[in-house]
Amino acid sequence: SVSLIQLECCVELVLCFYFQAPAYHLILEGILILWIIRLLFSKTYKLQERSDLTPKEKEELIEEWQPEPLVPPVGKDHPALNYNIVSGPPSHIITVNGKECINFASFNFLGLLDNEKVKSAAQASLKKYGVGTCGPRGFYGTFDVHLELEERLAKFMRTEEAIIYSYGFATIASAIPAYSKRGDVVFVDEAACFAIQKGLQASRSDIKLFKHNDMTDLERLLKEQEIEDQKNPRKARVTRRFIVVEGLYINTGDVCPLPELIKLKYKYKVRIFLEESLSFGVLGEHGRGITEHFGINIDDIDLISANMENALASIGGFCCGRSFIIDHQRLSGQGYCFSASLPPLLAAAAIEALNIMEDNPDIFQTLRAKCERIHKALQGISGLKVVGESFSPALHLQLEESCGFRENDVKLLKRVVDYCMNSGIALTQAHYLEKEEKCLPPPSIRVVVTVEQTEQELDKAASLLKEAAQSVLN
Amino acid sequence: INHVVHNGGLYKRPFNEAFEETPMLVAVLTYVGYGVLTLFGYLRDFMRQWKIEKCQNATEREEQKDFVPLYQDFENFYNRNLYMRIRDSWNRPICSVPGAKVDMMERVSHDYNWTFTYTGRVLKGIINMGSYNYLGFAQKEGTCQEAAAKVLSQYGAGVCSTRQEIGNLDKHEELEKLVARFLGVESAMAYGMGFATNSMNIPALVGKGCLILSDELNHASLVLGARLSGATIRIFKHNNMQSLEKLLKDAIVHGQPRTRRPWKKILILVEGIYSMEGSIVRLPEVIALKKKYKSYLYLDEAHSIGALGPSGRGVVEYFGLNPEDVDVMMGTFTKSFGAAGGYIGGKKELIDYLRTYSHSAVYATSMSPPVVEQIITSMKCIMGEDGTTVGKARVQQLAENTRYFRRRLKEMGFIIYGNEDSPVVPLMLYMPAKIGAFGREMLKRNIGVVVVGFPATPIIESRARFCLSAAHTKEMLDTALKEINEVGDLLQLKYSRHRLVPLLDRPFDETTYEETED
Repeated sequence: SVSLIQLECCVELVLCFYFQAPAYHLILEGILILWIIRLLFSKTYKLQERSDLTPKEKEELIEEWQPEPLVPPVGKDHPALNYNIVSGPPSHIITVNGKECINFASFNFLGLLDNEKVKSAAQASLKKYGVGTCGPRGFYGTFDVHLELEERLAKFMRTEEAIIYSYGFATIASAIPAYSKRGDVVFVDEAACFAIQKGLQASRSDIKLFKHNDMTDLERLLKEQEIEDQKNPRKARVTRRFIVVEGLYINTGDVCPLPELIKLKYKYKVRIFLEESLSFGVLGEHGRGITEHFGINIDDIDLISANMENALASIGGFCCGRSFIIDHQRLSGQGYCFSASLPPLLAAAAIEALNIMEDNPDIFQTLRAKCERIHKALQGISGLKVVGESFSPALHLQLEESCGFRENDVKLLKRVVDYCMNSGIALTQAHYLEKEEKCLPPPSIRVVVTVEQTEQELDKAASLLKEAAQSVLN
Repeated sequence: INHVVHNGGLYKRPFNEAFEETPMLVAVLTYVGYGVLTLFGYLRDFMRQWKIEKCQNATEREEQKDFVPLYQDFENFYNRNLYMRIRDSWNRPICSVPGAKVDMMERVSHDYNWTFTYTGRVLKGIINMGSYNYLGFAQKEGTCQEAAAKVLSQYGAGVCSTRQEIGNLDKHEELEKLVARFLGVESAMAYGMGFATNSMNIPALVGKGCLILSDELNHASLVLGARLSGATIRIFKHNNMQSLEKLLKDAIVHGQPRTRRPWKKILILVEGIYSMEGSIVRLPEVIALKKKYKSYLYLDEAHSIGALGPSGRGVVEYFGLNPEDVDVMMGTFTKSFGAAGGYIGGKKELIDYLRTYSHSAVYATSMSPPVVEQIITSMKCIMGEDGTTVGKARVQQLAENTRYFRRRLKEMGFIIYGNEDSPVVPLMLYMPAKIGAFGREMLKRNIGVVVVGFPATPIIESRARFCLSAAHTKEMLDTALKEINEVGDLLQLKYSRHRLVPLLDRPFDETTYEETED
């Protein structure tokens, strides 16, 4: 009976305690007890589907598995396998495969490749700094030459700041992913070059292609995006939008309609990234590129990217724009932070090339005149049509009628090129990675105009191409 | 504890690698330090927002204020509040050849590192422990520089065309033959940028339906190349062979996720020397695994070529292995050869394929001729083909410097990560304030060091990294060691209690991390 009384007391105590407790306490305890009961009685499930294969079966699977060979074999006569060997400098007179020719294939637009002043500036830099920089920009790889080149480029292009990369391809391919991330939208022209395509792929953003130079198509895409935004305004407030275009397209030789793009920019609130590899040092009164050509305020373009491997005849690339935009790349541009900086002799060569461009602004007019001349001279070749603006120094010659198969077209064009090479004009076909390009351009011959070519040489090239087309295509 | 591995006789020499455990007190204090910095960061952001403090960032244009903001505020929190305080430890401009001693331009900041001005003074003769100059070829006089000068006057600085068009010079062909001979492989191909060599060639080798097994601490270029290829990526723990073997077994047995189709090929991505840890890859074991499971090996020797091995041929020679066992040998010319660019070496079929389908050969400008000449001359010097023993002497000097420096630092009581033979020496700092302090104190004593913090390293494991060079004389190393000792006492950096955790005993878990392109 003592134990009974004790039990009764306990129960009474517990009941009192519970009736004195606030309501939420009881409810919470009740929920917890129900949850525990549920967990106790629920079915257990395995974490991951571990297979029921015995070790012996696994061994057999491992034995049986045969991988593909690391690389598929490449045919011996694949057109891209055998390179032309250039002995000596690839300047105006070039020795290709032992034969001396006039160079109509290197992008040496201003003829600065074998300019003595550029070479001596590079020599002086070589004597002071050696060849390599032995480090990325962040770790003792920043030289005063780099800082000077960045300042000079910013001053020349009349922007606040510029940033240099050590490889032309990596410039735009690192710049785009630094700003555009997963979830952002990028409107890009169909004929954009491969470096832009790789940059877009690395950025993981939504890519929307619009037809080449077609502003109505772009506007349609922008309107569609606007409608999407209205459906989901919260997402729209954090989705960045960009348009990526080239000043002078390397694949088609024409310019983008920049004034209309600026109008679209302000109407739909999209930022513009301009790739000026071919137009820097070519278009505009002083060679400042397409913004000078169209007379547009440079602050309207968010980012201008160009490589120094064409007009400046050096190696590397740069981006210029406002500090607000460019400074971000110093910590997030992959090709800037994780790669060694540009060798100082190449930076010194670029500075000297800039000096020459600033001191002789009439070379741009001369170059344009030569482009017009050859553009006119190449019209009317039977079987080949000229693709590109009349002031573009990099033209394409495409077949008027394709045979139907790309390989046959390529072979035919190769015969034209070989004919010209044997007669002293060095030309090349435009090479593409056929499986990787988003919109593969048709096969073509590249014709490049430089200031060093004399009028006789231009005429000779045109007449030789006419002859070649006659003999090969007819 | 010296972790010596005798894995069925795979290793011909002792493999001594150690990563000392972070002392508990230090870890706690580091987190506290970051916590305090974050609080202050919020406070300053608050003050800047309410205009109590002047905002010194560059801002958006007036006309574009209603555009979607280009940067999210939070992305830049670390940048504004932590990185900006110690920004003077990085991007230090120099104005001489990056050899053993370097001249630095003095810069001061009057607004706490938001802007810098150059005083015009040059700090001369700073001992350079930061540049990747392993064999001392960063010189402004000597045979290499003279040869490069000659080629520069003959060929010019640029090339203005791609390899497949008209930019393939005879110099490039000469270089590639020499590289193939140096490495002991059938054929090689050279590119203009080391970063681009990885990011443009891995997509050419693997694609959708293939599997990439990549080390945890691989370089950004390898990660970018793997992502651009479109293959499935799985990550194994750093240098951990059990983790790698488990992934290989699972991959072959289970096939592709969901469809269960067999994988087309499996590519293992490893580096020779990992530059942040100073560890060397366990190559004999990796090759054994690769042969057992029929996968392919891509070895990135950016830091190890020229720096390891009795004659500088890299990590393959260091372990006494056959270069033909490595399917793709990749490396860069920036570190040990004093130039710029990268290469890939391997069988003739591989290189022929890359000549045709590599993104770099089709779209990127070829290498500059004087740079090519520098590589040719320095490589011939290392191989001994220039008639002197300078190359061999340098390789030996580097090995001696490495052993001496590491031994002395360990004796002083610092925590040093990595392999005994690696010329990259990370010294642990841990606390965020010490990152800035170490860099500044060493500069006051005329020694230039590299300090690294988050995000290049895990957040509590910030470190100072010394890169040894064959150009460092014993006197320079002794001076440096004396100063490091002083600064170590001043900043209380001598954490070591010699409680080493051998790498294989580090626990690894069952979860794998998989990344696919969708």
